[in-house]
Amino acid sequence: MKDRRTAVLRKKRSGAIAARRLKFLLTADQTGIPPEVLAMLRDDICRVISRYMDVDASGMELRVRYSHGELSGEDSADRSAVLCTAIPVRNLRLKGIIT
Amino acid sequence: MSEVIVVTSGKGGVGKTTTSANIGTGLAILGKRTVMIDTDIGLRNLDVVMGLENRIVYNLVDVVEGNCRMKQALIRDKRYPNLYLLPSAQTRDKSAVNPEQMMKLVEDLQDDFDYILLDCPAGIEQGFRNAVAGADRALVVTTPEVSAIRDADRIIGLLDAGQMRSIHLIVNRVRHDMVRRGDMMSVDDVMDILAVPLIGAIPDDEAIVISTNQGEPLAGTDTAAGQAFLDICRRLLGEDVPLTLPNVSYGLLGRLAGLLKRA
Repeated sequence: MKDRRTAVLRKKRSGAIAARRLKFLLTADQTGIPPEVLAMLRDDICRVISRYMDVDASGMELRVRYSHGELSGEDSADRSAVLCTAIPVRNLRLKGIIT
Repeated sequence: MSEVIVVTSGKGGVGKTTTSANIGTGLAILGKRTVMIDTDIGLRNLDVVMGLENRIVYNLVDVVEGNCRMKQALIRDKRYPNLYLLPSAQTRDKSAVNPEQMMKLVEDLQDDFDYILLDCPAGIEQGFRNAVAGADRALVVTTPEVSAIRDADRIIGLLDAGQMRSIHLIVNRVRHDMVRRGDMMSVDDVMDILAVPLIGAIPDDEAIVISTNQGEPLAGTDTAAGQAFLDICRRLLGEDVPLTLPNVSYGLLGRLAGLLKRA
């Protein structure tokens, strides 16, 4: 019982896991980019950022937002896509690569 | 002129039919002439949830094919003034009707009703296209689960592309206790992900199961879900009903707390 409770505490709550999985899945659905490729993109972005600061890769969000152009009423083709990413930073102090 | 509302979800089993039945009932309770149309041809269910299954003579396909007049197929719900059901056909399939015929059907009802409520089948195929064809606005039902929300997102995309004028979200089967301990996505989480305005959240209430067993919709009854459905109806009518998070009390203490809060 106690083991189970500590295991639960250690793990992220399932609601948050669901939200994160879902956001990722919808980004893949909406862009048509396969989840596998999207995961590579995510990991690559994380790798680059983490050269500069300490980030929490597991909390990273990757989403595509669409901004409708002024003339977009009729045709959904002229909306432009914006890739948005949010990465939790553990430590904002830059790593020692800047001379 | 009536307002035509389609209740849809993408994924099956999230409570579309229950939602349709209760919103239809709620609108009738609020004095609106309402007709519910079951557009799920081949898998009809709305009649059963409404408890009207023994009164079906003609159905939607009969009307479309001219086997009967509209008046003959409409079932009046004797429990509520102004509430009617147009049942679906059980022995046919989705290809029996096309979107143009559905639009014509809805048009024929426009003069006699304030609200026309279309219960959409699951999926994104012809049944879905039939149901949304004549609708002015859509209510997308989802539950706080990854699969249901993913399908809701797909449906919202299709509705957007089809120029649906108004799209609102209903989050069904919310377990407040699970949300509180972090094991269920909250209504806010769902709204954040789907980016569609919320028109109401329905608590996971065992009264729903009982109501479905009995074939008696619970909109307007003194249950958490019944009140939540009636609130949605009021919002549909344009009333400014504050969006409160559903709070079903599980157990005696919770119930007492609920009573105190209401007082």
